Amino acid sequence: MSMSSGAPKTRFARAWDSDLAWAFRHSPIAMVSFAMAVILIFAAAFAPWIAPHNPFDPATLNLMNGFTPPSTPNAFTNESFLLGTDNQGRDVFSTILYGMRISLFVGFSAVGFAMVLGITLGLVAGYFGGWTDAIIMRIADIQLTFPSILVAMLIFGIATSITPVEYREQMAIWVLIIAIGLSDWVQFARVVRGATFVEKGKEYVQAARLIGRSPVAIMVQHILPNVLSPVLVIATISLALAIIAEATLSFLGVGAPPTQPSLGTLISIGQDYLFSGEWWILFFPALTLLALALSVNLLGDWLRDVLNPRLR
Amino acid sequence: MTLLSIEGLRVEYPSRHGVFVAVDGANLTVEPGEIHGLVGESGAGKSTVGAAIMGLIEKPGRIADGTIKLKEEVISGQDEEGMRALRGNRISMIFQDPLTSLNPLFTVREQLTETIREHLDVSSNEADARALDLLNRVGIPDAEIRLENYPHQFSGGMRQRIVIALALCSEPEVIIADEPTTALDVSIQAQVLELIKDLARERQVGVILITHDMGVIAETTSRVTVMYKGQVVESGTTKKILTAPEHLYTQSLISAVPRATTKLYRFPLISYGEREADFQIEQIKGNWQAEVSPQDLPLLKVEGITKTFLKSGSILPSRRQYFTAVDEVSFEIQPGEVFGIVGESGSGKSTVARVISGLLRANGGAVEFEGRDVTAAGRGVPEWYRREIQMIFQDPYSSLNPRMRVDKIVAEPAKHLGLLQGSALQDRVYELLDMVGLGTAAGRKYPHEFSGGQRQRISIARALATQPKFLICDEPTSALDVSVQAQILNILKDLQEHLNLTMLFISHDLPVVRQMCDRVAVMKQGRIVESSETGQLFDAPRDAYTQELLRLMPKFDSVAV
Repeated sequence: MSMSSGAPKTRFARAWDSDLAWAFRHSPIAMVSFAMAVILIFAAAFAPWIAPHNPFDPATLNLMNGFTPPSTPNAFTNESFLLGTDNQGRDVFSTILYGMRISLFVGFSAVGFAMVLGITLGLVAGYFGGWTDAIIMRIADIQLTFPSILVAMLIFGIATSITPVEYREQMAIWVLIIAIGLSDWVQFARVVRGATFVEKGKEYVQAARLIGRSPVAIMVQHILPNVLSPVLVIATISLALAIIAEATLSFLGVGAPPTQPSLGTLISIGQDYLFSGEWWILFFPALTLLALALSVNLLGDWLRDVLNPRLR
Repeated sequence: MTLLSIEGLRVEYPSRHGVFVAVDGANLTVEPGEIHGLVGESGAGKSTVGAAIMGLIEKPGRIADGTIKLKEEVISGQDEEGMRALRGNRISMIFQDPLTSLNPLFTVREQLTETIREHLDVSSNEADARALDLLNRVGIPDAEIRLENYPHQFSGGMRQRIVIALALCSEPEVIIADEPTTALDVSIQAQVLELIKDLARERQVGVILITHDMGVIAETTSRVTVMYKGQVVESGTTKKILTAPEHLYTQSLISAVPRATTKLYRFPLISYGEREADFQIEQIKGNWQAEVSPQDLPLLKVEGITKTFLKSGSILPSRRQYFTAVDEVSFEIQPGEVFGIVGESGSGKSTVARVISGLLRANGGAVEFEGRDVTAAGRGVPEWYRREIQMIFQDPYSSLNPRMRVDKIVAEPAKHLGLLQGSALQDRVYELLDMVGLGTAAGRKYPHEFSGGQRQRISIARALATQPKFLICDEPTSALDVSVQAQILNILKDLQEHLNLTMLFISHDLPVVRQMCDRVAVMKQGRIVESSETGQLFDAPRDAYTQELLRLMPKFDSVAV
């Protein structure tokens, strides 16, 4: 159906009218998970203004407040905390907000890193084919034979052993990002390579080659915009996985250091006290992690169904 | 007695943009032994009629009104179970693409006997015998041996015969053939159509032949129903529809069909419905600075080009196998001439175009442009040559980057080749969009907002932005409807005439070639078998292959005269 007449719509009107936006407005799951993800990300981003305490400022801490149950006045100080306090008297609600910041920062950065790496290698492999493709994809295959958490631990181990001790704590977050990112680029590369194969056979790419555009220009200007929708789906699902991977690594003690606790570190601290009755130290960070990963994951699943119904 | 009758059929597809009526009040009858043509352009609803008869309307589509009767029995509105009993048993369907309608994992015998035993109560021995009989009947040589083969071991035409054999498994009364030969070459098309004709005649099967090809209609059908935008606009005997159409739409459709017998100066376009805007060639003629080439030299000279592709690779060079797509092809194109290359799929005609355009490197031979060799310089063709040539591609749905705005698409070649910048470039782009009849507002839209014909106009605007001397057209209209094709061909004729553009015109469609080209070369298996003036080639072909092609080509005029 041709719609050649009529004035061009504004960007917003076009976005609002798009099939994606329409599908979103008609999917309760998508809307609820989107709202949940937005609330959590917002809360993490504005943690310093929302959190009642700064858990990393020793001046505001009172060891006497340790192990206060949720919403119950402390026996010694008579202070009350919404979600209770941990062993050092830190407000669990505040530590969750700050911890989520680190979890999300690591998650977003790791996915961003994996995306850039995976898209670049995928484009190159798909566009040039032949030997280039064979080498890149064999590396990807080899990496896929190891569980990604193992790859991340390996990279993390190597990186910490070569960094000087005094920088280790500062570096930990960045090493974590690179480790998770490196273990995750393969799916981006595979999807982009496949899509590039299809796109490069299309005539618009030949039209660009005809006038002598360079391979880089063709890949970036012509092919890349056309392979991004599957990337968006994978990025969303990867974000959930990266947050969980970060939590796993931190829980195992090879991730975020206790001075910069992420959700995983908090869960790790909490599990020490689980059997002595202080359940809230573990429970609330774990619940937050669940909500975060679940909402992002549901959003990713929904995106996949909408953008590529054949994958269902 | 009427075999199949459709009365007031209405098929609706509800969507968020409202209800789309795909078929609106269609009437149609088929008699036993009749081949009834159903024609119309894309989106006319002809395939939907076929699907409705088979009960194969995809959700959320539904038959909203009307009745379909097979003999006296009303078959529309039956539940899925009732339809399944009919489908395949009394009504069969032949689809366009034989590859997707056969299961690649089973042998032909397995597929045939399974279908036979599903529909008829016979033993496996009887089913085997029937399968063999069917293969013989559809004309597959060595049927006994071929039964054990898998679909990929057959050629395209043979596969379509197997599909027809499958459709015949249950002795159907009605066969619906939805573009059964569109994916096939002329010679195979002729065989398949002959087979369908025989079936209808010998077994009194009623056939509904859905096609957009008026040549096929003229050669095979006895009655025709013409559809436009979901409605039946006219129906009658084939002879009447093709020679004396009454409805304005049918007239416009018939007038747009290219004839193989005579060359017209332009296609007479009778407007119906939304007519595309005219092409404003005068607008750019004044600025067209393409200098006239020296007359004593051919503009393009192709000398003995050869292109081989790797068929099976190996690390050892001696064990690699090659396939020769183009074998020692030579020709010359004079300035201002339209040179045609025709051939069936796999003849190497597109490869020749891609070698000339610099998209592929030949293994041997040379291409000279105005006497200068363009293939000699190391990697790719020189930049001055890229400024002189442009190409119009086959598929308007893939030749424009879907994520790029139309003005950027049109501007890209001139911008990249450093011919124009800034406001001069903007002016050129809008001038061209205006010229191809899309208007300047089109520049701010994206390709998906345009129809196939409009997209091809954008392609033409892009090709003209660099003011090339030489235009390569690789099947520029084979993805378009007849009336749109006529408009695009008129545009190309105008360009050639007013701007003195030289063209290489590649097509598998002989009538189109006759309308467009001054000289034509016929390619077969990578070689040029014959090359001569268009009139001479069509009226007095010398080569046996050319004669065969012309003989098998479905002739629109076979009814008219």
